[in-house]
Amino acid sequence: MDNNVIDVSDLTKQFGELTAVNHVSFQVREGEIFGFLGPNGAGKTTMISMLTTVLRPNGGAAKVNGHDVAHEALEVRRSIGLVPQEYTADEDLTGMENLLLIASLYEVPRAEARSRAGELLDLVQLKDAADRTVDTYSGGMRRRLELACGLINRPKVLFLDEPTLGLDVQTRAAVWEYIRLLKEKYHMTLFLTTHYLEEADNLCDRIAIIDHGKIVALDTPRALKDSLGGDIIEIHVDRPAEDGLAASLGALPNVKHVLPVDGGYRLTVANGEETAPLVLDAIRAHNLKATRISIAKPTLDEVYLARTGRTLRDQEGSSDEAFRQRIVTRRARA
Amino acid sequence: MSGLVALTGREIKKWYKNPFVLFISLIQPIIWMGLFGKAMDLSALAGGSAAGLAAFKNTFGVSDYFSFMAVGMLAFVVLFATMFSGMSIVWDRRLGFLNKVLSTPASRGSIIMSKVFIAVIRALVQAGIVLIAAVVLGLRFGANFTPLTLLATFAALFLMSIGLSALFVAIAIRSTKWETQMAIMNLLNLPLLFASNALFPTALMPTWLQDVAKFNPVTYGVDAAREFILLDTINWTNVTNDFLFLGTFAIVFAAIGIVLSWRYLSK
Repeated sequence: MDNNVIDVSDLTKQFGELTAVNHVSFQVREGEIFGFLGPNGAGKTTMISMLTTVLRPNGGAAKVNGHDVAHEALEVRRSIGLVPQEYTADEDLTGMENLLLIASLYEVPRAEARSRAGELLDLVQLKDAADRTVDTYSGGMRRRLELACGLINRPKVLFLDEPTLGLDVQTRAAVWEYIRLLKEKYHMTLFLTTHYLEEADNLCDRIAIIDHGKIVALDTPRALKDSLGGDIIEIHVDRPAEDGLAASLGALPNVKHVLPVDGGYRLTVANGEETAPLVLDAIRAHNLKATRISIAKPTLDEVYLARTGRTLRDQEGSSDEAFRQRIVTRRARA
Repeated sequence: MSGLVALTGREIKKWYKNPFVLFISLIQPIIWMGLFGKAMDLSALAGGSAAGLAAFKNTFGVSDYFSFMAVGMLAFVVLFATMFSGMSIVWDRRLGFLNKVLSTPASRGSIIMSKVFIAVIRALVQAGIVLIAAVVLGLRFGANFTPLTLLATFAALFLMSIGLSALFVAIAIRSTKWETQMAIMNLLNLPLLFASNALFPTALMPTWLQDVAKFNPVTYGVDAAREFILLDTINWTNVTNDFLFLGTFAIVFAAIGIVLSWRYLSK
């Protein structure tokens, strides 16, 4: 028996002409936080919907907790929790009422549901707000309530779709803390989607970068960043150099790649701190003066750029997704 | 089962926490009764002659138009209350609540039936209030009216509202656009109202319209309500027909709604 909690092979979903998820295969191990990183419309939500039995796949197979999502949907549903990207808690009900509602959908007995709801509200620090209607909650409070709702049935796997969409940076970091705390407390496996690079980097043990319905890279954040070949040194010089400089920079030890940019060069190097002095020496040897130098550790942004040819910022999703995002964002600010 | 109870409970809580919506939805039928029902007293066309009044009573079954149309208004509120059941599915889908529920073990049928039941509860409560308003405005009960016939009236309205709300839920089951739902509601409400005996006896309509009215559940709901509330002698053959039609209508459309929910609630 392997310890893969999620096992996806060749999974495909089409909406008419559009292939939202295109023959995707991957495994999620027990106890890890696994992230799907990609822009809106890349197929992240479609993947989560298939794994949570909300959508039926067109092809391939997926098992969650050993149960097939197409043929054993009920068993899958009993063993998972879902925190959707929208705020789904009912605004007209109180936090407690919302939790009890979701609990009865899982057929948790009433008394048990009350004690679990109390415990969860305590954990996400909503105890004082438990009897207030949700329309008085702030964005961060709503997100925490959604987390609690996703845990009321004590799931083995928790699915989080864009868990911090529309939240400001501080609240986002706080939500990450709650996610870690809850995972620690209930020993779960987490599957989350995000288009925030910082979130994937901070929270996930492993990341799959998804683009146009396909996985283009899958590894730990560290390994993904290392796969780029190391640090980035960007150096600007005081006047245009003669042709030889790029070649002598390329000949330096540790330097893997030299890219001329406006006013200077961009180098990919194995060890930025040790290589930078050598770069300065080489520039001096060509009778030039360095005007500016920076050493950057690679970020997932660069990984994303390298793997997809685009940056993750400013990519548009479908109008329906944009509508949902607007609603979520508006409520988060309320 | 516990899913159905919980989801219906949610709808009931949402409903009574917003009494304003109930208030607004009652204004329209009361205005119809007050203005339309009182202003267009069709029995006045009889000219006050005994023969004219007898002819009026022969076709309308009662001697005053207000009582006739006030009972039609009961069907009117049921029709309008049930129409919103489809809208509520669309909102749950758009706000993500539907997907959340679909990821739980709750049966798909209970998602649909909770929408049907809340529409039925709303419809019957509103019909009750409209009936009280009608009595205040001068509705005249038939000689046979008892608490038991009142109960039978609401049984007929119950069946009618189950069928109608299941119909509107089934229409909305895959829709993500509330604009489409609004258009469908606007398309259907007046034909369903006018191609029935709610405001005017079908006997006086052109034959083709009579044929349409024969398939309109509103006709049967209103007929049963008139027999029980207004008429001095109840025609049990008519009433049996009404209940047979309404019962079949309710069962067929509830079944269609549940079957569709298994197949089409998720895309």
